[in-house]
Amino acid sequence: MPESTSTLENGAKPHPGRHFTIIEPGRTASNYWRDLWRFRELFLVLAWRDVTVRYKQSIIGVGWALIRPLLTMVVFTVIFGRIAGLPSPGGVPYTIMVFAAMLPWFLFSSLLGDASGSVAGAGGMISKIYYPRLINPFAKSIVSLIDFSISLALLAVLMVAYAFAPDWRVLFLPVFILLAVAAAMGPALLLAALNVRYRDFRFIVPFIIQFGLYVSPVGFSSAVVPEAWRWVYGLNPLVAVIEGFRWCLLRGEAQLGLWVLPGLGVVALMMWAGLAYFKRTERTFADVI
Amino acid sequence: MNSDVAISVENLSKVYRIMGATKPPDTFRDALVGAGASFGKKLAALAKGDAYAAIGGDMEDFWALKDVSFEVKRGEAVGVIGRNGAGKSTLLKILSRITEPTEGRVRINGRVASLLEVGTGFHDELTGRENIFLNGAILGMSRAEIRAKFDEIVAFSGVEKFIDTPVKRYSSGMRVRLAFAVAAHLEPEILIVDEVLAVGDAEFQKKCLGKMQDVSGEGRTVFFVSHNLSAVKRLCSSGILLSNGAVRVPLGHLGNVIDVYQAEMKPASEGNDFPYLGDNEFGSIEIWCFEIVRSSNSDSSDADILQIKGLAKRKKSTPINVGVDVFTADGEHLLRSMCTDSQEFIDSNGVEGDFHIKLSMPLNLINNGSYKVRLISSAHQAGWLIPPGEGPALTLWVDRLFNVSPYWTRARPGLIAPQLSWLDS
Repeated sequence: MPESTSTLENGAKPHPGRHFTIIEPGRTASNYWRDLWRFRELFLVLAWRDVTVRYKQSIIGVGWALIRPLLTMVVFTVIFGRIAGLPSPGGVPYTIMVFAAMLPWFLFSSLLGDASGSVAGAGGMISKIYYPRLINPFAKSIVSLIDFSISLALLAVLMVAYAFAPDWRVLFLPVFILLAVAAAMGPALLLAALNVRYRDFRFIVPFIIQFGLYVSPVGFSSAVVPEAWRWVYGLNPLVAVIEGFRWCLLRGEAQLGLWVLPGLGVVALMMWAGLAYFKRTERTFADVI
Repeated sequence: MNSDVAISVENLSKVYRIMGATKPPDTFRDALVGAGASFGKKLAALAKGDAYAAIGGDMEDFWALKDVSFEVKRGEAVGVIGRNGAGKSTLLKILSRITEPTEGRVRINGRVASLLEVGTGFHDELTGRENIFLNGAILGMSRAEIRAKFDEIVAFSGVEKFIDTPVKRYSSGMRVRLAFAVAAHLEPEILIVDEVLAVGDAEFQKKCLGKMQDVSGEGRTVFFVSHNLSAVKRLCSSGILLSNGAVRVPLGHLGNVIDVYQAEMKPASEGNDFPYLGDNEFGSIEIWCFEIVRSSNSDSSDADILQIKGLAKRKKSTPINVGVDVFTADGEHLLRSMCTDSQEFIDSNGVEGDFHIKLSMPLNLINNGSYKVRLISSAHQAGWLIPPGEGPALTLWVDRLFNVSPYWTRARPGLIAPQLSWLDS
């Protein structure tokens, strides 16, 4: 067994204790969260499978996690920073400003992309065994989180290269990582469930990602958005996430204000809608997949 | 719930909503188009005052299971038999919790593992070793359990040399063996198995059947669905027959269940084209009807009535005789009986003109099972009008009540099971 599974060592059995099962209409929904906990070992094994497969299939393995953000950063730096001459505030190197925004963006887009297709992609398992289907999108998201940690390490290297050190604000980074995950998982759960019934929802995901890049402050700073439009702009939850990342990593050089709050409301709303819809439809997944 | 009951199923039903004539939409675009179309249709229906069509649309209810009840005792090995579409898979999916029932309740007492497929979740890029852990976890084994049985699993599969090779380089046979090796080492108290034995070579299937027999031999409960009757026979002692989502033969002795199943699998119309005509130089016969009329007194197990209607014409003075051959499900000739065995037809010299005769089958003589009853007819000692094996046939199912004696509680072995006289001298 490879080392990567050693985290499972202390995982308990999925079927502990006394075994008495009652199956009746509506029963699955009433024991939902307890069941999810009982199947935590399956979650870990599926996450381990996805991670292993991802880095096995490609020739350069982990390299992919580095190349994608690195190349995008080069393009942004050259085109916007040098050629278009967009300003970089507070003496923060433009490269670092772009990279700090790119990290949450790639986390969001890969979470949305992978998790939304996870259930439809697990048809074989869904029609043959029982487990809480919520495991699929969350196990898939582990791959994105590992890619993200690799990119984070790359940022650290860049900061050393540019001799730029973050201050105490970096301690708040986990809050914004969680926010990024929540912002992605809400719509991802909704799309994952819809994808089972209507396969054309998978075409929506690339569109959201492409469109999202233009309305999120990845290649620009929110400072360029006129004051009057901030409240509308702030509805995009990615604004709060990305500016939050900048605030943590760039010594507070970010455009954060009360106008990002509607975005948090959107995150909460999408999370609630995604979870509710997923839970309501998941017991019919096996019938329609 | 009684503690020696492993699975208790009460009034289980499952309904699927299916589109009447049209196929359900596969894409959201189709659904939108369909919704638009049916919205128009519903408006039209509402306008016409047809409220039912307005709310119901084209949807139809399909009952995949209807009011199924049974109890499986601890340590019992039950075979579930039925044609395609009888509801076997739906029952299995409900017991495995893959889908929820619409009505009814199942109570399962013990740790369950269900095996609806071998190699669920297998990934081509992973090695044999990694897939053992993956598949084991998917089937509900803990990591500690898999690690403890790892060497045994590898030895059972016979792919030791390739255990660190990605399974995409395995032959399909090796893949199945590895997958089955994992499944065979599940140690639940209750094992639910689908038609997984249909894969793999005959030799390996045998090995797996043996391994599963060990499982049921150790007091575990096995619930097995298969079309492979010989596999069911090897593994199970009791059976249940499903037909059109309902229980056709209640859970009981496997032999009876298989008999009924085999009888029903044969085409019902076999040779039964009425009127059935027979002719030679001594006479002719026309059979209009040959059927089973259940005994009006169904409490007594002593008679099932067959009725024969037809027209017989003598060309010479030779009497015309009608009778039946009775065969067991295995095709063994059990008996032959002619109407002229009875005084009534001795007196009338066989049948002549329009006739309507009845035969009472002695169900207290024949053992439980299914029988083939084939009509024959002859001109007495002059030649067949309807030769043996060519006439219309009926399937007779004998499921006698064991009310002969309080001590006679279950089916007896043997071709016949008469109640004989025992005397205390």
